[in-house]
Amino acid sequence: MLPYLLRRLWQMLPTMAGVVVLVFVLFNWVGGDPSYLLAGKMADARAIANIRAQLGLDQPWFVQLAIFARQILTFDFGNAWSTGEPVAHIIASRLGPSLTVLVPLTVLETVLGIALALAIAFVRGSLTDRLVMVACTAGMSVSILVYIIVFQYGLAYKLGLFPVQGWGERFSENLLRYATLPILIGLAVSVAPTLRLFRSFVLDEVAQDYVRTARAKGLSERRIVWVHVLRNAAIPIITYVMANLPALLIGAFLLERFFGIPGIGREVILAVERSDFPVIKAVTVYVAMATMVFNLLADLLYQAVDPRVQLK
Amino acid sequence: MNYAAASGLAPATSPGLWTLAWRRLRADRVAMASLAVVGLFLLSVLLSAAGLVAADWEREVAVNYAPPGFIGPDPALAALARPQPPAPPNAFDPLQPDIEALQAELRRGAAAPVARAATLPFGADKWGHDVLKKTVKGGQTSIVVGLVAALVAVGLGTLFGALSGFYGGLVDDLFNWFYNVFTAIPSILMILTVAAVLQTKGVLNIVLILGLTGWTGPYRLIRAEYIKHKAREYVMAADAIGASDWRKMFVHIFPNVSHVALVQVSILVVGFIKAEVILSFLGFGVPVGVVSWGSMLNEAQNELILGKWWQLAAAAGAMALLVTAFSLFADALRDALDPKLK
Repeated sequence: MLPYLLRRLWQMLPTMAGVVVLVFVLFNWVGGDPSYLLAGKMADARAIANIRAQLGLDQPWFVQLAIFARQILTFDFGNAWSTGEPVAHIIASRLGPSLTVLVPLTVLETVLGIALALAIAFVRGSLTDRLVMVACTAGMSVSILVYIIVFQYGLAYKLGLFPVQGWGERFSENLLRYATLPILIGLAVSVAPTLRLFRSFVLDEVAQDYVRTARAKGLSERRIVWVHVLRNAAIPIITYVMANLPALLIGAFLLERFFGIPGIGREVILAVERSDFPVIKAVTVYVAMATMVFNLLADLLYQAVDPRVQLK
Repeated sequence: MNYAAASGLAPATSPGLWTLAWRRLRADRVAMASLAVVGLFLLSVLLSAAGLVAADWEREVAVNYAPPGFIGPDPALAALARPQPPAPPNAFDPLQPDIEALQAELRRGAAAPVARAATLPFGADKWGHDVLKKTVKGGQTSIVVGLVAALVAVGLGTLFGALSGFYGGLVDDLFNWFYNVFTAIPSILMILTVAAVLQTKGVLNIVLILGLTGWTGPYRLIRAEYIKHKAREYVMAADAIGASDWRKMFVHIFPNVSHVALVQVSILVVGFIKAEVILSFLGFGVPVGVVSWGSMLNEAQNELILGKWWQLAAAAGAMALLVTAFSLFADALRDALDPKLK
């Protein structure tokens, strides 16, 4: 187990180095000189030279890369250019609101997706199955923007069932009052693609020999689907859910923006609008790290679900 | 002696992959219906790109926020539909004679004020633009961006996948490393990062952003196909007659894996149209003055609070129709090209 873990972590290094270099190249060569951006409209040569010296832009590229690497390792990206708030503080304080929306959303989406996928697999090939699949395709084709605009207008603005937007201080207030509608919308958007995917995972399993054996020994269809098939379909489901968690952190940016939730996604949008490079750089690098770590966690979870899986 | 000639039968040629796929597709009614819908949208794109349709979408042909025809004219806006009479002279204004002279001068140059329509089939937006024409024009932007970006992404993915799968070894390691790096960053974050770096807006920019970040999916599949095909006999035969690597990769093998590329294009187009709409909505996409479904949704969001829902319905409906048809067609195409999957 431990050698496996160490080897996996060791294999992450080249990928991580690649991410760092990619972000570095994007921001330092493609992005142009940020000192003109920072100096404002009334820039003179001295002010620009000053800013360049502060950012280390007058150094050769390998020194700049080293500065960037040190920033990543020490979690110190300096201050955001637009607000002057330390980047580390931005990330730490925006994580809570994001997770308040994302954790319930992910849990509900996964449970609902699995339950519906197994129920549909029960009646595979029937008219119900085909109708549900058509409804999923149609539901997926409507832009998430339209879901948010219409639900926010209808349920919050017109009917007043939820606050139109806002965020409070207390966790319970945020979860039960402000996060409810965003979670519902997120669920409405994500349940169709999740169901389609999970259904295909389940259908891959129902044709297997062990299902025939289970049926032959007289188990009920219910028990076969909910116990035997579920256990085997769990591996692709875990991969999908775990691999998507870090992406979801950013993926909910539209919900956060529309509902005024001070999360990571909204912060990224604001940073892109204001060309606030330190924030974007930091978020990109750390989300990439999180993605790799979560992929590793998914592999570790396999063994817990399926004892046949040997981690070597 | 030729067997076919001896037996008096026509020489037997077995139908190719594409003929068979087309036959399967023809038998699928859902696929043909969705193909017809997609075809109509593509036709509207061609016509509007050629300037035959919706070229004058920027003309203010109706009163502001004219409702759709089936609702009937809005009485509050009816007064605006008539040509506006000139304002009565203001006797207390010392500049009045000058103003009147100026206005007379202006009136001589300008055409007579035209009557504006009180209703339009799909209503009008804030400035009185015809929403139907705007939807067609916006569709042109969104669909062209989606198609070109998908072609760029699949082109890159095919090139990388071919090199990686065909050569293996160090080349494969290099591209796999590249792939790992690109997939470690979630695609939406990658798109936003590149958008932040490029800083200029433009249709070409969105195509580049989506195309350069979207190659990973096709790469993986094409690479697997090339690994499978490079050991086949026909490639060895090509090798024996002295074909170059490049020729083996793209003249001999590519036609045999092109169906994978085609299915990938049709899947990516749907994703990229959705992505373009979101980018343009946020203001990172098309520049001001270019209309796309995303920029229409952006305007429509504020109009909805005033109760003017038709622009939202038109843009969202057109997009949903196209994306549904395109996804159904992509599914049918995949099934038709790979009958083993079913």
